[in-house]
Amino acid sequence: MLNHLRPAIALTTVFTLLTGLAYPLVMTGAAQALFPSAANGSLIEMDGTMIGSSLIAQPFAGDAWLHPRPSASGWNAAGTGASNLGPTSTVLIATVAERRATWSAANGAEAPIDAVTASGSGLDPHISPESALAQADRIAAARGVDAGAVRRLIETAVEGPFLGLYGEHRVNVLQTNIALDDAFPIPPAGGEG
Amino acid sequence: MTLLAYALYFTVLVGLAWALAIWMARVYGGTLPLPLLRLEGFLLRACGATPERLMGWSAYALAVLAFNLVGFVLLYAALRLQGALPLNPDGIGGMAPDLAFNTAVSFVTNTNWQAYSGEAQLSYLSQMAGLTVQNFVSAGTGMAVAVAVIRGFAAAKGSGLGNFWVDLTRSVLWVLLPLSVVLALFLAAQGVPQTLQGAVVARGIEGGEQVIARGPAAAQIAIKQLGTNGGGFFGVNSAHPFENPTIASNLAQCLSILLIPVAFCFLFGRLVGDRRQGWAIFAAMAVMFVAGLVVIHYNEVAGNPALGVGANMEGKEQRFGAMLSSLWAASTTAASNGSVNAMHDSFMPLSGLVMMIFMQVGEVIFGGVGAGLYGMLLYVVLAVFLAGLMVGRTPEYLGRKIEGREVTLAVLAFLSMPLGILVGGAVAATVPQALAAVQEAGPHGMSEILYAYSSATGNNGSAFGGYGAALPWHTTALGIIMLIGRYAIIIPMLAIAGSMIRKPQAPATSGTFPTHGPLFVTLLILTVLILGALTFFPVLALGPIAEETARLAGQSF
Repeated sequence: MLNHLRPAIALTTVFTLLTGLAYPLVMTGAAQALFPSAANGSLIEMDGTMIGSSLIAQPFAGDAWLHPRPSASGWNAAGTGASNLGPTSTVLIATVAERRATWSAANGAEAPIDAVTASGSGLDPHISPESALAQADRIAAARGVDAGAVRRLIETAVEGPFLGLYGEHRVNVLQTNIALDDAFPIPPAGGEG
Repeated sequence: MTLLAYALYFTVLVGLAWALAIWMARVYGGTLPLPLLRLEGFLLRACGATPERLMGWSAYALAVLAFNLVGFVLLYAALRLQGALPLNPDGIGGMAPDLAFNTAVSFVTNTNWQAYSGEAQLSYLSQMAGLTVQNFVSAGTGMAVAVAVIRGFAAAKGSGLGNFWVDLTRSVLWVLLPLSVVLALFLAAQGVPQTLQGAVVARGIEGGEQVIARGPAAAQIAIKQLGTNGGGFFGVNSAHPFENPTIASNLAQCLSILLIPVAFCFLFGRLVGDRRQGWAIFAAMAVMFVAGLVVIHYNEVAGNPALGVGANMEGKEQRFGAMLSSLWAASTTAASNGSVNAMHDSFMPLSGLVMMIFMQVGEVIFGGVGAGLYGMLLYVVLAVFLAGLMVGRTPEYLGRKIEGREVTLAVLAFLSMPLGILVGGAVAATVPQALAAVQEAGPHGMSEILYAYSSATGNNGSAFGGYGAALPWHTTALGIIMLIGRYAIIIPMLAIAGSMIRKPQAPATSGTFPTHGPLFVTLLILTVLILGALTFFPVLALGPIAEETARLAGQSF
């Protein structure tokens, strides 16, 4: 065993320098040079303010916006977590039923399954097209515009499966909300109008 | 469409693995271009190794243990002291002793069980110079051991099993590192962060603040998948949009999980000089994998009527949906990877059953890099022995006799599985300090315990996340069980290889039982299922099977 210790220590040192420092640092340099936006978290800036990452869900509660999927960790992007509740959990079944009632009341439509189940990351940036379109009437009313126009905007935001085979249809909540703000600015609050 | 998608996926996987096996045969055969060989030889000699010296099985095993011991000590120290070390922009403190023990064991044994949450409890230095290094070298250790075991079955009588330092260095330098560079760059392009800057604060559209953790994630995620490590950069692993932002990144990672384990089947065929032998082992693994995948896919797509119409989306990401989450769940549990893109705790009971069986049979359905192959060779020894008993001939494999010593060692290695899972799980189900970890009432709670101890013994690393594995009882017990699950298989398998290589190779005759046909594949599958799965059937009946029956009766807990 002792005669193995020298190569063990020496090779551990070499591999630490090579795979633990050189490899991640070279990858950092390369990624920063080649894909700076992606390598820094796909952050979105508006008027000099960083408003979020296109990959990370943020909470939206107002009527004028698409709402993300439920998050078991309160959309905490510095400490992620899922519910981890099992399929026969009374807590899970009750929580989902409660979310279903709230969602239907807010949108006047039956909730699709993704709108009442918490995502794996708690930061799922997407919702299903069914969920997005069912929210169109509420958004249109809050913005004082035609529901058909909101629906058309959402339809153009739908992303399809990869190669037409893999993954699901989906709508990115933050990007679509930014597009909604651009297309249908919210009437200023207050009594002027 | 679903069938087409799966068929295309498996075609690409087998094609890539086939090509990689050709390259790996050159790597381990030492027929690389001369500059690479010179570089490798210089590095090894500078480190005090003698590359020409062939090791017997005990020297090989001691070298493995010495190397892993050094890795453990260094990683443990780094985790304890990270608060005072550089590359810590978010000011994270040192880890508690029991958690550092658990984490260090977990990464050195290629388990990557995570009782911590990366973005909250690890500095960038720990992630890079600690965990990423072990991601490479624990994978390299498994690959080296597998190559040594293959030599035991294939090499000429009386030669050595190879040199651990050479095999390790070749695995890291010429297989893992180049693949990781390619995958890391692809992931970074897809949106996985690779930055040394700390978290950023966003001011959301509605005015709320959101702290967004980042880091040098792409480099670590590449090797975590390729090396069947599975330890995520972030707490929720590859469900996190930063670890796995797109469907393309998901497919690339899912392929990477199975790539090297599948390639090892074909490498086996090449190194033993009969590619049909490799295909036979591949076939046995593939049949079991597809059977399990079908069960998971069906259950997740059908969904949970108690939650509403549609697929079972609790704990899953919209971009992946039920299908890609099922494919990942099957791959990660079969391949001893342990990373997740959806939360296994929230999968349907029968999906959980399949995942547990994949781990409990000893991670031999493709399994960990290298580890899956030498684990499967354990079953091969037993299958050949059973076949010999049935026809009353001395069992042979690849022209060498399988005798009492090999069968004894194989059974000893096998017993580490029930020891870790049944004994470890039984204690965890009775001791009050341990029971506190269970989140769910009813049979699902039993499943949580069983999953944790199956995952640790199989060196998988995935979890039913609701289970409070950070309790000191479990960090300690699971740490010890991970060590058993790794070395109580490596050492007997090397001993079997050392004993096989001393035997003469007899040419095949008309009386030889062929080990490359459908009959042998069937026998091998039955051996895995009878020994592996039936050992755990009674306890599975108390967990996932009871939960499914209760669910069908409309019961909840």
